[in-house]
Amino acid sequence: MRPILTAAILVAVSRSPSPTARPRRVALFVTCLVDLFRPSIGFAAVKLLEEAGCTVEVPPLQVCCGQPAYNSGDRATTRAIAAQVIGAFEGYDAVVAPSGSCGGMLSHHYPGLFDDDPAMKVRAETLAGRSYELMAFLVDVLGVEKVAARYDGAVTYHDSCSGLRELGVKDQPRRLLRTVQGLTVREMKTPEVCCGFGGTFCVKYPEISNAMVGEKSADIAESGAETLLAGDLGCLMNMAGKLQRQGSPVRVRHVAEVLADMGNLPPIGEPG
Amino acid sequence: MESTARDFNSNVDHALADPNLQDSLSKLKVGFSERRRQAAERLPEFEALRDRARDIKNHALANLDFYLEEFERKVLALGGHVHWAPTAADARRIIGELCQSMGARTVAKSKSMVAEEIALNEHLEAIGIAPIETDLGEYIIQLRHEPPSHIIAPAVHLTKDQVADTFLEHHAKLGFTRRLTERNDLVAEARHVLRQKFLDADVGLTGANFLVAETGSSMLITNEGNADLSNTLPRMHIVLASIEKVIPTLEDAAVLLRVLARSATGQESSAYTTLNTGPKRPGDLDGPEHYHVVILDNGRSAVLGTEMQEILRCIRCGACMNHCPVYGAIGGHAYGWVYPGPLGAVLTPQLIGVEEAGNLPNASTFCGRCESVCPVRIPLPKLMRHWREREFERHLTPVAVRQGLALWSFVARRPRLYRGLTALANRVLALFGRADGRYRALPLAGGWTRYRDLPAPPAGGTFHAQWKKKGPT
Repeated sequence: MRPILTAAILVAVSRSPSPTARPRRVALFVTCLVDLFRPSIGFAAVKLLEEAGCTVEVPPLQVCCGQPAYNSGDRATTRAIAAQVIGAFEGYDAVVAPSGSCGGMLSHHYPGLFDDDPAMKVRAETLAGRSYELMAFLVDVLGVEKVAARYDGAVTYHDSCSGLRELGVKDQPRRLLRTVQGLTVREMKTPEVCCGFGGTFCVKYPEISNAMVGEKSADIAESGAETLLAGDLGCLMNMAGKLQRQGSPVRVRHVAEVLADMGNLPPIGEPG
Repeated sequence: MESTARDFNSNVDHALADPNLQDSLSKLKVGFSERRRQAAERLPEFEALRDRARDIKNHALANLDFYLEEFERKVLALGGHVHWAPTAADARRIIGELCQSMGARTVAKSKSMVAEEIALNEHLEAIGIAPIETDLGEYIIQLRHEPPSHIIAPAVHLTKDQVADTFLEHHAKLGFTRRLTERNDLVAEARHVLRQKFLDADVGLTGANFLVAETGSSMLITNEGNADLSNTLPRMHIVLASIEKVIPTLEDAAVLLRVLARSATGQESSAYTTLNTGPKRPGDLDGPEHYHVVILDNGRSAVLGTEMQEILRCIRCGACMNHCPVYGAIGGHAYGWVYPGPLGAVLTPQLIGVEEAGNLPNASTFCGRCESVCPVRIPLPKLMRHWREREFERHLTPVAVRQGLALWSFVARRPRLYRGLTALANRVLALFGRADGRYRALPLAGGWTRYRDLPAPPAGGTFHAQWKKKGPT
């Protein structure tokens, strides 16, 4: 059954006392997949950030964080793209991505690209220190404790690898999900095991990737949840694509969409 | 051991199509990781011990020459001998000559991955000496003429039924003509067959988990006790170990042991922990008369001082492969050489060349689970990425990948061009995917759509187009 939308409950998102009084000037790192395949995730992120008191800007010169080149061993291209991102995102209080993978690239991998360029390294470290994955930023930095959203049904949450292991994103999304009216969380047996996406891995080694996502889809089915959520669109597209190829009724959404009360949108890979 | 790492992709196809292997892997994936998790949770200082273990190995590697020479001095003082083997061929020759000096016909071998690395068994057979594997798993795969598929559980790819068939085939001529079905009966039969071989062996050969510089001891842990028979019954004991096994003190060994067994099998310690310190002394009731340590380099010293040095911290617990979803899908043989899993993905290109093993560091999603459980905190994904960088620099990356990357990079470095092209792609994908919301097939996206649908974007434009239209908020 399609989870039923109810109108947004217009209560202000409650917050614990904010570390800074004035609204934060936050730059959204949209991510290339969200830009191209699922813009609603970007708008959900904007909504959640604004409700938490931030002003959100979208630097126009952003493209990609550089992971396709980085993970293919092309360091020169990675550095060029990283320099472009660093330039585009300077001067904000925080840079937030609705993705642990891209967020981790900015906050954990950029500084190491410029070990031989002290000036760029300082700029990379400055950006790294201000870059966050969306869920971690909302809960750990802004102190958001609940959201004004409704989503009827049982969801299961997949912990995307970079968010989980590089950035420690684990409880934050679950904590916010528990405040969504009508929603229950049913954990998979192994929510922390990779879904087999891995960026270019999934097309370079499709057979291995397929074995991994096949196992993941079995785990999702066993959870009994009607909806699958995660914080990274790459993983979500991989799992949604597999579930749909198998004819599974499970619906797939980005966690930010549900938290921003945008759970009425067609699920990923479903017609509008 | 002969490498098939070059045939990684066809190895993968075979592995995925092998129902026995898949059955074995499904058990391994749950068992090892769950036991490790529980063991780590039971020990409050486990994470702090991992830091200490890392620091101990880093210190040993930073002073490797000193500790190796110290170890040698101690072994000599005890009446033993140390042999330095720069290459696998050197190690094979040294061990072969030692065996011949004893007139050996059989060698009782305790499980040693370094022996696999130097293809010792093949060499011994070639010079007329029969190597007898005494670790149960190694014994099984020796009967089947297979390489190990896991560094601590060499026969983990096999089901119990396959083992039963193998034993029946090889033990029938010894009078064991009943096909066994119980695990314990299989173990008992192997024990019976192996016991006489221990007694007959002229030389015992073991690996070492650690070489302790302070005392000149080699330290070995097992769960079967087979190593203790290998090193006490025969007249000559040969220890084969690689250079990075040396650590400063027994105190250090105690720290490493505490993380090793927990990471490997979830045990607090292995059933047997044995220290071998020189040959039999006057008054000793048992022990070997001759004690030799063969220390192998085989390319490792070239790693020192490079960005790959951290791989030499490895204490061979197997946790990285136990937790690797790629290993869990394809098993150890697909990696094509001695060391599988994330460890192999980093070490194998170093030891046999990245031209041969280039697929290994690429076949990873960088999920990071290996690093998160490594007892000595080796950043395995980072090291795999370094291999990819070296491949890219040396133009070993497949042409299609390079060209795709070059095209993508050209566009990604021009935000306005990128914006235009993604707007177009978005519109086309949204238009033709409108009816179904997804694609079952798409030109140029076969790697994706062979096994899964590709979600189509909804109509309305890219995020950036919509944001621009919306105007500043």
